[in-house]
Amino acid sequence: MVKSVTSVGRSGLHDWMIQRVSAVILAAYSIYIGVFVLSTPDLHFSVWQGLFAQTEIKIFSFLAILSLCFHAWIGLWIISTDYLNILALRLVFQVVVIILCLAFLLWGAQILWGF
Amino acid sequence: MAAFKWPITAISSILHRVTGVLLFLAVPFCLWTLERSLNSEAGFLQVKSMLSGDCAKFITWFILSSLTYHIIAGCKHLLMDVGIGESLESGVLASKLVIILGILAAVGLGVWIW
Ligand code: HEM
Repeated sequence: MVKSVTSVGRSGLHDWMIQRVSAVILAAYSIYIGVFVLSTPDLHFSVWQGLFAQTEIKIFSFLAILSLCFHAWIGLWIISTDYLNILALRLVFQVVVIILCLAFLLWGAQILWGF
Repeated sequence: MAAFKWPITAISSILHRVTGVLLFLAVPFCLWTLERSLNSEAGFLQVKSMLSGDCAKFITWFILSSLTYHIIAGCKHLLMDVGIGESLESGVLASKLVIILGILAAVGLGVWIW
């Protein structure tokens, strides 16, 4: 079996599972927010802020960002091994992706718990 | 390269990849918008008026269309993972379906945004 290639999961199969689970969470979140916006034609500030003031939505949102980080990290890792054949270039790309993912996560947490 | 014919399954799969990368690049834009819109009523109104500009509408439409396409193609992926539609014919059919649904969703989003 392929050993931990992306260093996210413990194995290629584990990465594959994470990719699927995070996809389902992201899809559920996108659909939830989409339906909310579509079913609220007169979207005011108080309604919008009220939505994100609920603890469940904060946690759901944070889980979505966390899923996004895993999902994008694994997905972009696969892409980098397909197109970036120079080792140094690939490593730089992967480091940039990790840093961006961490930044998104922290930024998201600050937005959700900071307003 | 010109002689190489792109099968429909390759097109639908490369689009899934391209939209995935686009979505990743769109994350800072989405987070920034969320932050602004939640911080204050003034910020919310600022975002609202900003998003009514033509250029911003186009970007929003582009991001949302990429998202719907990526989700539709992602669902096809997940269905094939559990063993539905794995034969060549059904794969071609599913790819066509994914692209058609993706276009319909993009048109619908366009109508909603403009
Ligand atoms: C919202 C942010 C999202 C981003 C930034 C993103 C990004 C990506 C990227 C970069 C890939 C790699 C593409 C490839 O290997 O060709 C990927 C693959 C995938 N995405 Fe997403 N995605 C997002 C949301 C979703 C959602 C909501 C779903 C739900 C259905 C989904 C389902 C999938 C699946 C199933 C794969 C695996 C494809 C494969 O194994 O080849 N993604 N994603």
